Amino acid sequence: MEGAAVLGRLNWLEAEVVEIRPETSQTKTIGFEVPGWPGHRAGQHVDVRLTAEDGYQAERTYSIASAVDDSRIELTVERLDDGEVSPYLTDELRPGDTIELRGPVGGYFVWDPHAQGTVFLVGGGSGVVPLMAMARQRAAEGSKIPTRLLYSARTWDDVIYRDELTRLAAGDAGLDLVYTLTRAQPPGWEGYGRRVDLELLAEVAPAPAVLAVAFVCGPTPFVEAVASGLVQLGHVPARVKTERFGPTGG
Amino acid sequence: MDALMLDGNAAAGLLQEIFGSEMTTAVGTCHACGTAGEVGGVFLYRGAGLVFRCPQCDAVLMKIVVGGTRRWIDLRGLRALELDLELGT
Repeated sequence: MEGAAVLGRLNWLEAEVVEIRPETSQTKTIGFEVPGWPGHRAGQHVDVRLTAEDGYQAERTYSIASAVDDSRIELTVERLDDGEVSPYLTDELRPGDTIELRGPVGGYFVWDPHAQGTVFLVGGGSGVVPLMAMARQRAAEGSKIPTRLLYSARTWDDVIYRDELTRLAAGDAGLDLVYTLTRAQPPGWEGYGRRVDLELLAEVAPAPAVLAVAFVCGPTPFVEAVASGLVQLGHVPARVKTERFGPTGG
Repeated sequence: MDALMLDGNAAAGLLQEIFGSEMTTAVGTCHACGTAGEVGGVFLYRGAGLVFRCPQCDAVLMKIVVGGTRRWIDLRGLRALELDLELGT
């Protein structure tokens, strides 16, 4: 079976940059054309590998931001100023360049199109990326699964996908958007203006009886606060799925 | 809580490379306390190698060290690992 894809085998694929769009001052979305891409499920990620001329390699994991779309995928990358990989991806890559990636990987943190009950998405900063893939997949499928997104960002300008989220929620009674802006709020702001705490979760989270699953993604302390808060509020730990960034060295 | 902590899910690529199957939905049983849970949801610490710990009792489940093309895997903290090949794509 020379050349045939082996089930489960992960191969590094050449991915060509076809589009780059700024999202916020610190984040960019990079669209790749990946010949041989097997398709993915919303919430999965890819490993990205960069190789320097002297052979030195650096690998990082990035969540896929886009819904399933043939051989094309999008990653949204936050630039970490002292990072090794993210400044290259956000500042140096140009359309036509290629990088290596493998995936999709991870079946644990993925959108379930058959979820029974309300799905609760909780994102801190760029932790919204895999949740956006879920919101996009949900919209693409015309899914009616009640879904609430709680999105914590520092300021209104740091909200990634702001316009698209507004548009998605406006046309869909089943998708609720709740923002909290932790550092500064625009004049007349009616959303929350603090870090996610137990009281905020008690107001925003679906009741344990109706929660299908919660997907929580963000920096490790954020995920820790949300996940332990949900358990304190009576949610079953197995229904709270987490994806922590940690300090990855970006 | 440790700010360096990640989830088993973050090692999905490496695990799939080693085991040849999607492993974050595999269910591992902790040798120390007997708790069973999905590999994607266990605690993961990244240092010179990867250390997977039980979210219930904090015992070490699994250690993986990557060196060039070699992979060194210590599984002594796992009593069992159960895969569903239907999910392993």
